Amino acid sequence: METILEVNGLTMDFGGLRALDHLNIDIRRGEIVALIGPNGAGKTTFFNCITGIYLPTQGDIIISPPKAEGTHKRERINGLKPNQVTEKGMARTFQNIRLFPNMTVLENVMIGRHCRTRAGVAGAIFRNRAMVREEQSIVDDSFRVLEKIGLARYVNDQARNLPYGAQRLLEIARALATEPFLILLDEPAAGMNPQETHELDELITRIRDDEGISILLIEHDMKLVMSLSNRIFVMDYGKKIAQGTPEEIRNNPVVIKAYLGEEIDA
Amino acid sequence: MEYFFELFLGGLTRGSIYALIALGYTMVYGIIELINFAHGEIYMIGAFTALIVASVLTVMGLNEFAILVLASIAAAVYSAAYGYTVEKIAYKPLRHAPRLSPLISAIGMSIFLQNYVLLAQTSDFLPFPSLIPDFEFWEPYSHLLRSTQLVILVTTTVIMVLLTLLIKYTKIGKAMRATAQDRSMAMLVGVNVNQVISMTFVIGSCLAAVGGVLIASHIGQINFFIGFIAGIKAFTAAVLGGVGSIPGAVLGSLILGLTESFATGYVSSDYEDVFAFALLVLILIFRPAGLLGRSTMQKV
Amino acid sequence: MMPTLSEIKKSFLVSLWFMFLTFPIMVIRVNTTEKLVLWRWENMAYMGIGSFLLSFVWRYMLWRKETGKKDSESGTLQLPSFFERILSDRRYIVPATAAGIALVAIFPFVMDTYQTNIMITALMYIVLGLGLNIVVGLAGLLDLGYVAFYAVGAYTYGLLNHHFGLGFWTVLPIGAVMGAFFGILLGFPVLRLRGDYLAIVTLGFGEIIRLILENWNEFSFGPSGIAQIARPSLFGIQLSLSSSIIYLYFVMIGMVLFTIFVVNRLQNSRIGRAWIALREDEVACQAMGIDKTRTKLTAFALGATWAGMVGVIFAAKTTFINPASFTFLESAMILAIVVLGGMGSIVGVSIAALILILLPEYLRAFSEFRMLIFGAIMVIMMVFRPQGIVANVRRSYKFQPDKHS
Ligand SMILES: Nc1ncnc2c1ncn2[C@@H]1O[C@H](COP(=O)(O)OP(=O)(O)OP(=O)(O)O)[C@@H](O)[C@H]1O
Ligand SMILES: [Mg+2]
Repeated sequence: METILEVNGLTMDFGGLRALDHLNIDIRRGEIVALIGPNGAGKTTFFNCITGIYLPTQGDIIISPPKAEGTHKRERINGLKPNQVTEKGMARTFQNIRLFPNMTVLENVMIGRHCRTRAGVAGAIFRNRAMVREEQSIVDDSFRVLEKIGLARYVNDQARNLPYGAQRLLEIARALATEPFLILLDEPAAGMNPQETHELDELITRIRDDEGISILLIEHDMKLVMSLSNRIFVMDYGKKIAQGTPEEIRNNPVVIKAYLGEEIDA
Repeated sequence: MEYFFELFLGGLTRGSIYALIALGYTMVYGIIELINFAHGEIYMIGAFTALIVASVLTVMGLNEFAILVLASIAAAVYSAAYGYTVEKIAYKPLRHAPRLSPLISAIGMSIFLQNYVLLAQTSDFLPFPSLIPDFEFWEPYSHLLRSTQLVILVTTTVIMVLLTLLIKYTKIGKAMRATAQDRSMAMLVGVNVNQVISMTFVIGSCLAAVGGVLIASHIGQINFFIGFIAGIKAFTAAVLGGVGSIPGAVLGSLILGLTESFATGYVSSDYEDVFAFALLVLILIFRPAGLLGRSTMQKV
Repeated sequence: MMPTLSEIKKSFLVSLWFMFLTFPIMVIRVNTTEKLVLWRWENMAYMGIGSFLLSFVWRYMLWRKETGKKDSESGTLQLPSFFERILSDRRYIVPATAAGIALVAIFPFVMDTYQTNIMITALMYIVLGLGLNIVVGLAGLLDLGYVAFYAVGAYTYGLLNHHFGLGFWTVLPIGAVMGAFFGILLGFPVLRLRGDYLAIVTLGFGEIIRLILENWNEFSFGPSGIAQIARPSLFGIQLSLSSSIIYLYFVMIGMVLFTIFVVNRLQNSRIGRAWIALREDEVACQAMGIDKTRTKLTAFALGATWAGMVGVIFAAKTTFINPASFTFLESAMILAIVVLGGMGSIVGVSIAALILILLPEYLRAFSEFRMLIFGAIMVIMMVFRPQGIVANVRRSYKFQPDKHS
C-alpha cells in the first residue's frame, strides 16, 4: 500500500525544551496506526505540528493524498495553516475536548462541512437556488455522519449538554464531516467506560473499512491499542523508541523499560 | 541643548508616573490575564481622596507636611480598598467565565466609577493643592527640573526598589510569582490563590494612588476623567515593555514618557495623545509580546 | 433562603464596609477656592441602608445562578427570563405583534416631533446594536472602537454634502462602502491578535480617528464640526422640518427591518455558523477548516458597514456633526446594549436598545444616572446573566427518521 503521510526528522523546541526530537513516522493507506508513550512524551505536540497548529522547528511533513485514479502527488505541508491542512484532508480531534459548546450537535458537524462548501455573505442574504441547495446538502450530509456515529438522537441538543462519551464521539463526527483521508484521534477513549470503549473500537474499524479513511490514534488504553492497530509507534522524551506490530511492541524490552512503573495491561 | 534636557527630564517624570500605574496593570495581567480596565479609575479615586482629605485638613489648619503625609496615606488606603472591592464584585465571580466576560465587566466598572465620582463630586476641574512644597536646589539649573519633579523621580525610584524587594523576598511576593506562573499548580502546593489575587489588586492600587497624588500636585488640577487617558497610556507602557513583566512595565513607561515629551516638544502638541495611541496600536500589531516579554505558543 | 442571623451579620458588615468606602467621595464635598467643606452625612445613611439591602439581593442572585448552573448540568434548562417567557408564549406573541405594528405605524402622527426624534434615536441604536452584535455577539470580537465607523459614515455624508452637495440617498450606500472599507483597513492588521488585545487596539483606533477629526482642521473643520447638512429628500423634494422628521422615522423603521432581515439570514448560514464557532473555540474552529482571518474580517467589515450607514443617517438627522459625538463612551453604550440584550440575540438587542435609550429620556430621574447605570449593567449582566435578557437560541432541524436509512 502507498504511503499517505511521511514525517522526516520532525523537531519541535519550546524555548529550551525539545518536545520532539528528529521523529520519523510514516502511515500507509488503509492503516490504523497507534502512537503511544508515557505522559509528556510529545504525542500531542506531534499532532499539533502536523496539523499546523505549531510551526515545527525542523523536519518535513509530506502528504500524498490518495486519489481515485491512483495518481497521487507528494506535497510538503510545513507552514500551512491548520485550516489549510484540514482542507488537504487531515482532520483531528483534541485530547481535552474542544467542541463548540453553545452550538447544537448538528451545527457542530455542519462546521466540519465548511471547508467543502462555498456560500458567502451574498449567498446567505439572497438565498438563491444554488445556495439553498448547498445549505440543504450541508444539513443532510451532517445528519448522515451523525447517524453513522450513532449520535442521531442528540441532533438538536446543545453540545455542552452531551454526556462525556458522546462528546468524544461528536469530535470524531465533526472531523469525519471534513472528508479526510487521514484522521488523527488524540486519546479518543479517555474517560470512556469499558462498554463505550468497546463500541469505539468497532466504530474506528468501521470508519477504516467503510470509508477507506486511515487512522492515527494516540491512546493510553493498551487493550484498545493492541486490538485496533496494524502498527504502533512508541515515543519517549520526544524520540521514537520503537515501532512495529502489536506483537513486536508487546515484547520489546525498550518499550517495557520506558513504561516502567506504568503497567501494560494486555 | 538646554531645551533637550528640559524635555528629557520632563519625559522621565511623565514616564515614572506612568510606571506607577502600569505596574498595577502588569501585575494583575500576570496573575489573572485580565486587562483591569478600571485601574485608571482607581488612580483617579486616589487623587480625589487626596484632594478631599487635604482640603479638609487645610481647613482644620494642620501644617503642610502633616497634610502631605495624611493625604497620601488616605489616598493609598482608599485606592487599595476600591481595588479590592472592585475585584470582589466584578472579577471574582467571573474566574471561570469566557475570557471576554471579565474584560467587559471591567469596562463597565470603569464607566461606573467615573460616573460615581462625577455625580458625587463634580464634572469640573478641581484645583489640586500643591502638597509638595517648592524648594530650592540645583541652582542655576532649577528651571530644568522643578522640585515636584525631583520628588516624583525620587519617590518612584524608592517605590520601585521596595516593590522589587517585596516580590523577590517576601512570602506574598513568592506566592504571587508562583500564581503568575501556574495558577493551578500554585493552588496544589498550598498557595491561597484568592488571597494572592486580592493582594495583587491592593498593591497595584496603592501604587496607582501614589501616582495619582504625585501627578495631581505636579499638574495642579484633577477631574473625574483623568483616569481614562492615564489608564490607557499606562497600559500602553505595560504592553510596550511586555505585559506581565515588572521591569518591562518600568522600561515601557520611561520610553513612552520620553517619546511623548520629545514628540510634543519638537513636533507638535496637537497630537499628544495620538502618539500614545499610535504607539499602542503599532506595538500590539508588530510585537504583541512587548520589548521584554517572550512570545509563547498557546498550549493546545 | 430565609435571611438567617449570619446572613444579616454578613450584610451588616458589607454595609459598614461600603459606608467606609464611599465616605470621602460621597460625604465630603470641598470647595477648594473658598476653602469650604460641605458634610453630607445623609449620603452615608443612604449608602449604609442601600448596600445592606443590595447585599442580600446580590447573594441571592449568586445563589440562584449557582443552582441554575447545577440544574443545567443535570439536564434541565436554564431559567428563562421574563422576556423569554413572553416571547415563547403564543397567546401573547400574536396580539403583541399586531399591536406593535399598529403602534409603529401611527406613532409619528400622534406624537410630536420631539417624541418622534427620540424614537428615531432609539431606532438608530437598535441598528447600531445589531451591527455591533455581528462583531461582538456572533463572531466574539470585542470591538471597542465601533464608533469610529459610525464617525466615518457621518463625516462621509457631512463632507460630501458640504463640498459637493450630494444628497442623502446617494451617500447612504457610499457611507456603507466607506464603513466596510475602513473596517477592512483596520481589521486586516489587528484581527490576528488575541481577544483582549484586539479590544484595546480597536479602542486605540477609535480614539485616533476621533483625535484626527478634532485636530485636522483643513479636512474635518476640527472641533467646530460641520453644520447645515441636508436632511433627506423625498424623490428630490425638500420636505418641511416636521414632515422630514416623520419621513426619517419611516426610513429608520425600514432600516431596522432590513437589518433584522439580513442579520437573521446571516446567523443561520454557513458564514454565520463559522462566526459562532470562532467565538466558541478559535483553535477547534481552525482545525475544522475555517479560515480564521477571513471569517473575522467578514464579520468586522459587515459590522462596520452598518455603523457607516447609521452614521450617514445620524448626520442627516442632526444636520450637525462634530468629533464630540464619537467618543469611547458612545462605543461603550452600544456595547452595553449588546451585552444587556444577549450576545447574538436579535430580539434581545432590540429590546435592550429601546430600554436603554428611551428610559433615560422619559424618566428624567434616570437621565442623570444614565452612564452610571450603563456601567452597572455591564458588570451585573456579566456576573449574573452573561447570555443577556433574551438568550440566543440555536435553530433546530427536523428529520424524518426513515429518510436517511
Ligand atoms: N505550547 C507549549 N509550550 C511549552 N511547552 C509545551 C507546549 N506544548 C507542549 N509542551 C511541552 O511538551 C512536552 C510534551 O507534551 P505533550 O502534550 O505533547 O505530551 P503528550 O505525549 O501528549 O502527553 P499526555 O499523554 O499527557 O497527553 C511536555 O513537556 C509539555 O509541557
Ligand atoms: Mg497529549
